[in-house]
Amino acid sequence: MFVIECPWCGRRDQSEFSYGGEAHIARPENSSEMGDDTWSEFVFLRTNPKGVFAERWNHAAGCRRWFNALRNTATDEILAVYRIGEQSPTVTTILPATPCGEAPIGSGNDAAKVMRDGEAGKSAVEDVP
Amino acid sequence: MKRYSFFSLLREGLRGHTGWPRVWRNPEPKQAYDAVIIGGGGHGLATAYYLAKEHGMRDIAVLEKGWIGGGNAGRNTTVIRSNYLFDESAAIYDHALTLWEGLGRELNFNIMMSHRGVLNIAHDEHEARELIRRVEANRLNGVDAEWLNAEQVKAFCPIIDISRSARYPIVGATLQRRGGINRHDAVVWGYARAADALGVDIIQQCEVTGVSMKAGAVTGVETTRGTIHAPKVASVVAGHSSVVASMAGLRLPIESHPLQALVSEPIKPVLPCVVMSNAVHVYCSQSDKGELVIGAGIDHHLGYTQRGSINIIEEQMAAMVELFPMFSRLRMMRQWGGIVDVCPDASPVISKTPVRGFYVNAGWGTGGWKATPGSGHVFAHTIAHDQPHPIAAPFTLERFASGALVAEHGAAAVAH
Ligand SMILES: Cc1cc2nc3c(=O)[nH]c(=O)nc-3n(C[C@H](O)[C@H](O)[C@H](O)COP(=O)(O)OP(=O)(O)OC[C@H]3O[C@@H](n4cnc5c(N)ncnc54)[C@H](O)[C@@H]3O)c2cc1C
Ligand SMILES: [Zn+2]
Repeated sequence: MFVIECPWCGRRDQSEFSYGGEAHIARPENSSEMGDDTWSEFVFLRTNPKGVFAERWNHAAGCRRWFNALRNTATDEILAVYRIGEQSPTVTTILPATPCGEAPIGSGNDAAKVMRDGEAGKSAVEDVP
Repeated sequence: MKRYSFFSLLREGLRGHTGWPRVWRNPEPKQAYDAVIIGGGGHGLATAYYLAKEHGMRDIAVLEKGWIGGGNAGRNTTVIRSNYLFDESAAIYDHALTLWEGLGRELNFNIMMSHRGVLNIAHDEHEARELIRRVEANRLNGVDAEWLNAEQVKAFCPIIDISRSARYPIVGATLQRRGGINRHDAVVWGYARAADALGVDIIQQCEVTGVSMKAGAVTGVETTRGTIHAPKVASVVAGHSSVVASMAGLRLPIESHPLQALVSEPIKPVLPCVVMSNAVHVYCSQSDKGELVIGAGIDHHLGYTQRGSINIIEEQMAAMVELFPMFSRLRMMRQWGGIVDVCPDASPVISKTPVRGFYVNAGWGTGGWKATPGSGHVFAHTIAHDQPHPIAAPFTLERFASGALVAEHGAAAVAH
């Protein structure tokens, strides 16, 4: 379970929050002109990255406000929280050495890490604009 | 392949088990193959096996980043059934169940398939109506299904609490007698051994890190063990489907979530069947070792860390103790998580893609184990003929633009 920092209320347990999925997906303004493929892109297609991810949370059992967070989905480290309408900040974090690999800390999969020697200690840094 | 039999067991027993051969080779990757399968889980190995066996392709590699069966294949609770609501789903899941029925013999490997029956419980009138509708739909599709009232549920599974005062009263349940469980490792090893015998190279410790393309067609993959050329590349990587698809420049209608399970200390046989409850998010069976195998719901947040949150299993265990008061003092021995690839309509993607020669089998989410043989079988056809097998045709990526979704949340949901 995470401890999440609500931008209004401060640090609380994850069980007070509900999840809103990928952030910064704007509803298209010209939907009447859009074809099925572009509409499908908006409704169904998702980035689902292993790495830095911008997502929405709602402080359901608190102030009931929505906000955004940047989380490293390979380690569950929450890197930043920011308010709706704000740009995501630039962050640094440790990523797996390969796209589908396991990060050196916090991956939840120590067995796979032991198998992958040479990877220990290696890290990559990703900047999110 | 040296066949396993009563006589080979007897012979090896007498000579101290010194003569068992290696079960599959451990080859170095070649520079080129006719087809590369990414992912050595149940679905990937089954795909390779049926490609070799039914479509005459022998020059195939299965590339696995860790060890085969170390992903969801090795982490799932192996509940098998085919009582899905829609015709499209009934077709693929029952195709799989029919293959499961003969698979141990076909692979010459004891997969410990046990058709012990699966109960799906209804806790209120509305759920009962939905489940009875599902029983009728199943029967129309030739899938075995029965409706049991509370007393019949109690007779089939005596340790369940059907008292009216229970927190989650039991109104009735569907029963699929052909449903059951099997042994996950044995399925993985059985497919690996049979595929290897047909010439398939199973390459472990080999992560695909890039997909090479030229003029809109796939030409091979980059891996942690070098470049491998292939005119056909199939991604069967479950939780990592979006990551591998992005290497081919594709976005999928899939999100990855942690899903947990746990096992209790072993006890004497008390639970003769599989019990599932969609409403309270718990499903349970007892292994031959005596451990209760218990599955939970997914964590709502997307993620790739194979663990999951404690509050999820707390709620699930609370529900379980309500259904089976006698389990209240059992200790839980192990807990783990896998990463499941969830589609918005709770149905899989078995599809060609806009990149020629690149195929995707994904989105099985929380319930793909039961489909393993069927999924591999129809996906092999899709790869070999470059067009979908009739059973796989409703599950292409195009449905997310056409709107022809196969919305199986009622039958798939969190429970399996
Ligand atoms: C806790 C839990 C309980 C479940 N219970 C049930 C159940 O009761 N019934 C049911 O029907 N289903 C169940 N499921 C779902 C089921 O396990 C999956 O749908 C199914 O196993 C997925 O197919 P697979 O076996 O091929 O996946 P996996 O075994 O995950 O195979 C994918 C493989 O791809 C590999 N891979 C990933 N990226 C790369 C790369 N870049 N290069 C090379 N290899 C790569 C992975 O290491 C992995 O071995 C459960 C899942 C979980 C996690
Ligand atoms: Zn708040």
